[in-house]
Amino acid sequence: MQLIDLAWWQLALAAALVVALAVCTLLARLDIGKTLLVAALRTVVQLSLIGLVLEALFSVAALPWIALMALVMLLMAGREVTARQKRRLGGGWAFGIGTLSMFVSAFSVTVLTLIVIIGPEPWYAPQYAIPLLGMMLGNTMTGIAVGLDRLTDTVWRQRALIENRLMLGQRWQVAIGDARRDAMRSGMIPIINSMAAAGIVSLPGMMTGQILAGTSPSLAVKYQILIMFTITVGTGFGTLAAVLTASRRLFDERERLRLDRLIAPSR
Amino acid sequence: MKPVPASTTEPDGAAGLLVQALRVGELSAVDFSVAPGHILALSGPSGSGKSRLLRALADLDPHEGSVCLGDLRQDGVPGHRWRQAVMMVPADSQWWGDTVGEHFPDGAPEDLDALGFEQDAMDWQVSRLSSGEKQRLALLRSVAHRPRALLLDEPTANLDPVATARVEAWLGDLIKRHRWPVLWVAHDPAQISRMADAHLRIAGQRLEEAPCS
Repeated sequence: MQLIDLAWWQLALAAALVVALAVCTLLARLDIGKTLLVAALRTVVQLSLIGLVLEALFSVAALPWIALMALVMLLMAGREVTARQKRRLGGGWAFGIGTLSMFVSAFSVTVLTLIVIIGPEPWYAPQYAIPLLGMMLGNTMTGIAVGLDRLTDTVWRQRALIENRLMLGQRWQVAIGDARRDAMRSGMIPIINSMAAAGIVSLPGMMTGQILAGTSPSLAVKYQILIMFTITVGTGFGTLAAVLTASRRLFDERERLRLDRLIAPSR
Repeated sequence: MKPVPASTTEPDGAAGLLVQALRVGELSAVDFSVAPGHILALSGPSGSGKSRLLRALADLDPHEGSVCLGDLRQDGVPGHRWRQAVMMVPADSQWWGDTVGEHFPDGAPEDLDALGFEQDAMDWQVSRLSSGEKQRLALLRSVAHRPRALLLDEPTANLDPVATARVEAWLGDLIKRHRWPVLWVAHDPAQISRMADAHLRIAGQRLEEAPCS
């Protein structure tokens, strides 16, 4: 089966619907029309560019170029994690912790999946490596951002409580334990929920895409299960690592709570 | 204030608190000592840094200078061990569990009734405590963690005269019995004259000695 080609004018029809939505939000004074159009425009530009990049990458298929691409993706994800936190650690720590946690979890799980499970030839074949890494990073990024945001926000609000626990002689790990567990849970809940709802409420995007492209549904399902599991593992370990490291950084060597290390939200 | 040797731990485990060249916030060159079993009252206008001084002694804020409890040096042990020994009781106590009992390490303390509580107080919901009950229970909770010195930030601020008298009698007896050195932030001159062995007042950037009565 051949995938039906899409012409640009056909996309323009979909774009017209987006514009119609923007006009409606304008009439309803939702104050979101401009953001909507800018985001739609960004989708077009960014995806077109990445299309060109991927075309070039697939034709070269050399490890250094793929590694460079992966690095750029990682750094962009790190920036996104930083931007999504209301109060974040200063001095580059928010970016560093987010990026390192994603590197440790998303990268290693992707490489493991490529080499041990899927086994394309060569193992870094970009048709497999780049989409896989993209999905891993996208989800890990969300988990880490949610977890870190929850951690810093909770600690900020519960400062008096945590310090009172320190006054009673508790170790920093105990004093911040509730906030830490809470942050780890909130980072992992979205992916757990999407596993629970997969196939019933939502048809996952990758599976839909494969079926559209002509893959048999049973193979698409196997791939989707693999992806769900690896995403869950990557998100879970990434969130654990990020929240652990960040909570350590919130205390100094004397086990004092150091909220002066957090940057207040701009505005 | 009469000079007291405070740098060694006595055989019964009692030790004095020795503070040298402490700098925190506006306060600088803070030197004083509290002998075992003595109460040093600390007063000063609000915002003058009384709580910050206590927080520095408990090592909750970065500061300069040295603090010792007998042989124990503040920078010689991990933070949690220091704070377990030199325990600060804040004016506004915080509770993380649902019931009072969860906050006590070894079950119900013996002296619940000394502060006017029944034994079932351990099953009370924290969310239903009055501010006065919280304050008295916070004192009990701190003592239950077996400190060796106390830093009390206005321990009777939310209490009526009857409860204040009760807390003073209980604390005074406990401090004499365990020979803890105590720093007591107080506003009421009458309370200072009842409880304190010495009195320091914050005046600008330094501490000055003041009469107890």
